Amino acid sequence: MELTREEESALKGEQGEIMQMAYRILVATGEATDAEKLVPIEWAHLSGVNYNTIGDAGEEFLSSISKDARVKVKTTLNPMGFDFDSVSNYNLDENFIAKQLSIKNSYETMGVTPSFSCIPYEIFDNPKEGTQVAFAESNAAIHANSYDNLKTNKESAFSALASALTGKSPYSSLRKEDSPNLTIRMKVDNPNELTYGMLGFFAGKVGDTSVNISGLGPMDNRQCKAMCGGMGTSGTCAKFQFGDGEPGCEKVDFDEKEMQNVHDELNTAEKGDLITLGSPQLGLEEISDLTSKLKGRSFKKRCMIFCPRSVKEQARKIGYTNELERAGCEILSDCCTCLTPLINKEEVDAVTTNSIKGAFYLKNSNGVDVNLKSLSEIVEDETS
Amino acid sequence: MKKILVKGKAQGIILKSDMPINFLGTVDKKTGIISDKNHELFEKSIKDSILVFPSGVGSSVGAYTIYSIKSNEASPRAMICQKADLTVATGCALANIPLVTVTEDEFSYFKNGQKISLDTGAKNPISIND
Repeated sequence: MELTREEESALKGEQGEIMQMAYRILVATGEATDAEKLVPIEWAHLSGVNYNTIGDAGEEFLSSISKDARVKVKTTLNPMGFDFDSVSNYNLDENFIAKQLSIKNSYETMGVTPSFSCIPYEIFDNPKEGTQVAFAESNAAIHANSYDNLKTNKESAFSALASALTGKSPYSSLRKEDSPNLTIRMKVDNPNELTYGMLGFFAGKVGDTSVNISGLGPMDNRQCKAMCGGMGTSGTCAKFQFGDGEPGCEKVDFDEKEMQNVHDELNTAEKGDLITLGSPQLGLEEISDLTSKLKGRSFKKRCMIFCPRSVKEQARKIGYTNELERAGCEILSDCCTCLTPLINKEEVDAVTTNSIKGAFYLKNSNGVDVNLKSLSEIVEDETS
Repeated sequence: MKKILVKGKAQGIILKSDMPINFLGTVDKKTGIISDKNHELFEKSIKDSILVFPSGVGSSVGAYTIYSIKSNEASPRAMICQKADLTVATGCALANIPLVTVTEDEFSYFKNGQKISLDTGAKNPISIND
């Protein structure tokens, strides 16, 4: 990768340790993506916020760099471990809360907007078509490339941080016109969001940096997000392109058999002790839809709902939160199903969810079993 | 060898996986032990190995896991991949873990338990010592 004289000087450490670290990360990113130069980006979205995922080493790292590091472009933030408003209702130890607050402070000191959301594409105004951004949080990167006409790598927590601190990112193939070398033919009839989540998970496993998907009908917002979440979990793939692709493209089918394989890998329980909705977090449209589905019904067991704080505030004004709480839901902002410390195997054996991304991390990181159900099955079976 | 992503020198024993690795959530930050029951390295520790695997996959936060295992002295001494993904590339860059990519043929040549030396500054960066 070619660097300008100024970039070279930063890499040598002539502009301080923080810039040297950032450029070292950008150079590794550039090598990994075969980029020939760095280009400006307008928006960075960072992952690496939840103390549950970054641990003491991450907390100490952020605390140390925040003394000098300042972001150069608009920078937003992924969810953390809990919701400030209700943290006392959950059995989190003081150390967790203190370390999480330190992480929050470090990001705020660096000038990051504390949005605590994994759906930046839904709660912020999207910039104009073709804008270069740097999104860590895999579902957000895939959504940005596939649905929002933005351009990003499937950034890592560190490459997005380096981009926030420098305002630059390597000019990789995903940032240019990328054409996928594989087409997945969707063959499953009557898909719901769970089907799309499994399709995404399958696509992530077979795809390289991008895939074509053919045979898709119209999809609602919930289904789009489920597909992005599933794909981000299983692979390195960062973009869907809709249609058959180039004639010479290799073709792979996603049919009942392929879907069953994903289902068997992630579904490990017949029923759950509690229900979680939101990985990715729910947006206002999904909250509104859930409210109408729950009219006159109540959950028979605990149901945790995860959404961004701004969505929860809007939902409160409209009256949705009252309705959902009446139906027995716990509404949490600032955090997410994915890697939440609020669900642990000492208290819970199995969780019911409609999220493929949530299922993977609940199983592997939280160590609980997972029962997969679509939202309409959840409402049908788990409420009365 | 295809590319040097993070420079450095290391010697050790190969721990090889034909399956990709999702560092976040499936590699223990303190011990380097793999917790995914469906993974071929389930219950094995990647600590002090020369870790050979096709690529990293999944969450962007996996880069912090790599940084954490290095800080907790539970990291591999070097990593060798077929494909460079950003999680592994940037995690290794920050943690100073040497990282190179190799061709499919070279990848298939590596076997579990082989003694290997990696020196990205040398003429032949990879040598198998058995």
